[in-house]
Amino acid sequence: MARQARPGLRMTRERGWWPAHRFLLLRRLTQASVLGLFLLGPLAGLWVVKGNLASSLTLGVLPLTDPYLLLQSLAAGHAVGLTAWVGALIVLGAYLLLGGRVYCAWVCPLNVVTDSAAWLRRRLGITHSARFSRATRYWLLAATLVLALATGSLAWEWVNPVSIVFRSLVFGLGLAWGVIVALFLFDLLVARRGWCSHLCPMGAFYSLPGHLSLLRVNAAGRARCDDCMDCYAVCPEPQVIAPALKPRGEDAGVVIRSAQCTNCARCIDVCSQDVFAFGSRFVATEPTRDRHKREIAP
Amino acid sequence: MAERKQAGEGAQGAARPAPAAPSRRRFLGRMAGTACGAALAGLGVGLYARSAAPLAPHALRPPGALAEPDFLAACVRCGLCVRDCPFDTLRLAALGDPAATPGTPYFVAREIPCEMCEPIHCVEACPTGALDPALTDIDAACMGLAVVLDQETCLAFQGLRCEVCFNVCPVQGEAITLAQRHNPRTGQHAQFVPVVHSAACTGCGKCEHACITEEAAIKVLPLALARGDLGEHYRFGLDEKARAGGSLLAPDEQHRYHLPEGVDYRLDAGGLRPRGEPAAAPYGDDPLDTLNRGLEGGDG
Repeated sequence: MARQARPGLRMTRERGWWPAHRFLLLRRLTQASVLGLFLLGPLAGLWVVKGNLASSLTLGVLPLTDPYLLLQSLAAGHAVGLTAWVGALIVLGAYLLLGGRVYCAWVCPLNVVTDSAAWLRRRLGITHSARFSRATRYWLLAATLVLALATGSLAWEWVNPVSIVFRSLVFGLGLAWGVIVALFLFDLLVARRGWCSHLCPMGAFYSLPGHLSLLRVNAAGRARCDDCMDCYAVCPEPQVIAPALKPRGEDAGVVIRSAQCTNCARCIDVCSQDVFAFGSRFVATEPTRDRHKREIAP
Repeated sequence: MAERKQAGEGAQGAARPAPAAPSRRRFLGRMAGTACGAALAGLGVGLYARSAAPLAPHALRPPGALAEPDFLAACVRCGLCVRDCPFDTLRLAALGDPAATPGTPYFVAREIPCEMCEPIHCVEACPTGALDPALTDIDAACMGLAVVLDQETCLAFQGLRCEVCFNVCPVQGEAITLAQRHNPRTGQHAQFVPVVHSAACTGCGKCEHACITEEAAIKVLPLALARGDLGEHYRFGLDEKARAGGSLLAPDEQHRYHLPEGVDYRLDAGGLRPRGEPAAAPYGDDPLDTLNRGLEGGDG
């Protein structure tokens, strides 16, 4: 599979920089806002949100809890308190609507780190990569839960880089910068998209509600695809694109149904042919040519 | 074929219709490899977590914290207790902090002790129950146990009237009392030494914080370290006697001394006396009696 050094270059040249990066900027803005809301308290004394992504309280009323942490705590044998249950159900409900791994692309603080590593990898032309299965994360997810069961503690949280980094950004960095550097170097030099797309058990957990989630990217304009491969080059989980973009039969669904899709929408950004769009998972699969016509002449 | 047996037998079971295709064999082999890798990583993390688990002895958990192993299963490291602590007593262990598991709350008594708020803000903030919501009376908290660790530097044990720990104790007169004892150094003075009562001590750390010596002579230690345990089988005879309203064994007998013939021993009346002589107490309860007797003697 060809890997362009600069996917989206054509889109930038044809339509300008902003349209080619709108979702990327929106995501960075969301990620920064999430962090900013948590930092507003300690830095400015405005307590909109307290806590961190593990569990938080917004405006003194809205509890939010990471369901993955709740699951680990249950596995470790703790009868989790009611507030945490309510918070976890709210979070789970939100991701059922928005897409499970929306957490990864729009919230997780490490997304910036691994995206940067992937960007630099493309620009430096680093092509070698350790090869291991993308399913490793599910094995690790299972291992973290077995670990909680076996040790009777949240053992994974000793090393979980996702929670460590966000917590450290909010409560004081400590040695967490080392975790950030290590992950960056791992993704840059060891494995392409190694952490987020192969190993992270947290991403694996959040992909589970993604099997049912409502908001999905679709390739409704797939008839216009001119095989530039930019979407494959920029996508952190490129294997999710083909079933919707290049299906076996014309009538196959246009919706990217894979739970691994993070709804990062970089494919929408970089595609100069407007193949991709956000929609619900129930976007009807119309004969592509008709749809194409209708979109061009509304 | 032997190779296939190794790779496929366990996963496929006995009733496999056709020989495995090489791709399936490769798939199973790869899956087994991935699973083993994940298991190894899990083992590594588990061992690391085990070895990194102990809480440093100077680090105390917030009020209501479950016993340490349960706490490590329950605390999701969200820091809400830290945020709601009005005195900045609590802090969240950063990565690399040797005091406590990264992300868990603790405080150091010598720096900022627990002010024992009521309502207990940190407990109310905890979403998971790692800080037990059943704790509503802060006096019932058991964050640790104060121990007078160094009697050679504690001023009270030198016969000085320090008593700072006694005076700052929020459960005053119950958690720390002053025991009056003879001062063997001067021979004629008293010592008022602090005594901690484990049933009443909340482990708030105010005594350790206030101790005026360079290094605190009284320190709050984690319960697991400081608290003794008498054992279920052990009974104090005097308690049992009081509870039963009398001796549980043979009736108490008056102690008898082996004395010479015709002599009595009276502890309250001057020791050995000829039997039958009326006991005239040399010193009664009322000092005036003594003085009056002296005057009488002088007259007679």
